[in-house]
Amino acid sequence: MLAITDAGVCLGGCDILQGVNAEIAPGEFIGVFGPNGAGKSTLMRGILGLIPLCSGTISVLGEPPGRANSLIGYLPQSRASLTGTALTARSLVSAVEGGNRWGMPWNSRAARAEVERVIALAGVEEYADRPFSVLSGGEKQRVALAQALLGQPRLLILDEPLASLDPRNQMRMVECIAKIKTTTGATILFIAHDVNPLLGVMDRVIYVAGGRAAIGSTNDVISSATLSKLYGAEIHVVRAEGKIFIVAAEGNVTEAAHHD
Amino acid sequence: MSRKPRTMIEQIHYYLSYDFVRNALIAGSLAAILGAVVGYFVVIRKASFAAHALAHIGFTGATGAALFAVSPLEGMLVISVLAGVIMGTAGNRLQRSDLAIGMTLSFCLGVGTLFLILYKGFAGQATAILFGNIFGVSHLQIVQTLFLSAISLGIILLVSRKLLFVSVQPNLAEARGVSLSALSIVFMAILAISVTLASQVVGILLVFTLIIGPAGIATRFCRNFWSGLTTSVVIGLMAVWSGILLACFTSWPPSFWITTILFVLYLITETVCRFAFRME
Repeated sequence: MLAITDAGVCLGGCDILQGVNAEIAPGEFIGVFGPNGAGKSTLMRGILGLIPLCSGTISVLGEPPGRANSLIGYLPQSRASLTGTALTARSLVSAVEGGNRWGMPWNSRAARAEVERVIALAGVEEYADRPFSVLSGGEKQRVALAQALLGQPRLLILDEPLASLDPRNQMRMVECIAKIKTTTGATILFIAHDVNPLLGVMDRVIYVAGGRAAIGSTNDVISSATLSKLYGAEIHVVRAEGKIFIVAAEGNVTEAAHHD
Repeated sequence: MSRKPRTMIEQIHYYLSYDFVRNALIAGSLAAILGAVVGYFVVIRKASFAAHALAHIGFTGATGAALFAVSPLEGMLVISVLAGVIMGTAGNRLQRSDLAIGMTLSFCLGVGTLFLILYKGFAGQATAILFGNIFGVSHLQIVQTLFLSAISLGIILLVSRKLLFVSVQPNLAEARGVSLSALSIVFMAILAISVTLASQVVGILLVFTLIIGPAGIATRFCRNFWSGLTTSVVIGLMAVWSGILLACFTSWPPSFWITTILFVLYLITETVCRFAFRME
């Protein structure tokens, strides 16, 4: 599905990541974690072929990055703000369907059926006809998820879909994505800030820090040994009450304190 | 409202027998349609300050044109399309950078003032450029307007699907192989043409009203792309037609009437929508 071999990404002459290796099988649910600015989004943009690699290779569905993007669903971190407009959630999903074609945004019957399919899949039906700008943060994220699901993608790249959601909405979002995984069989790369909401659903973990990335089972990667090596500083992983806490030994050595 | 309907219709008939009124209506309609369509994308892309700036940059073109003995329309067209393409090349970041746009537009206004001083005797026409001179539109200008708006409208409809995608979800569009910078350049060039045409009707200072007004009002309550676009065009046409006719009746300038009509419509929409959105 996705093979990353010794890949390095640089932006503006600056090495962001190097020596990244990962082999991801179809249908896997991978949680991608790491501090702010570690290069999680950059790695995803590399997979999408939006930025060139400076070393190594990435192969997506057997193709170099960018070639198979019609089979990738992408939920970007930033959204266009549509404050003040009455455009509904449904019309915004329709705008994305076939949006890379020339001509006017007329949707065929098949295209409209596809819009309805993703609206149901992402659980947006209830507020599909309300203006997007009056929706809550969680509802807006669901609409972005619906847009990412158009075209029956086999790989879903979700960049911080839990950002700025309260714990209850985080849980709902994770449940919704887990359901999508079982119904569509898509492979999922899920970037998140906190490990805990994904503990029950993810198969493996990629942790990005200090210019490198580690992949493996949750227990192997989210461990004091692996994280200390990645950060190059002493990190403690504490397990309590079925949750994982990542603590830096010296308060401000890393951004790990974010994981509280 | 004391006039009887029959005499009013007769009066409209009488005004329409004048060439300059008919020309004004044709040029006004073309500018209104193009402004409404382009304006729809300006509003959802939040590029209204860039649109405003293009008009002011056009002022430099129009005054410079006089200095170099070219027609103001051509001068304005060249300068604002050039500025639009540069803004488009710099990408979304510049289009949304208030400071960069603000500095450029004030500099351009400064240069425009210099051109005005250098070309003595032009000052009278400056008023026409700034506030519009719809009743002074010539036959040649009508042909030019028709030609430019047909091309711009054709191009914008050809790319409208991509443009909508990019405006709504730019990062996903990029991942799906839509070139953000190419679209941005095309859009800004067409915006520059629309701004130039609209300035013929309401003038540079008020160009905002034809580009942002109808589309801004329509997006406030229209829930999908097509209803928004058609409502925007209808509002633009109604405002321009009634503005021109009211100007005939009252001898007050059409720019005043068009901006007033759109402003009142905006106030009504804003009030009603605030109320309706709170109910949602």
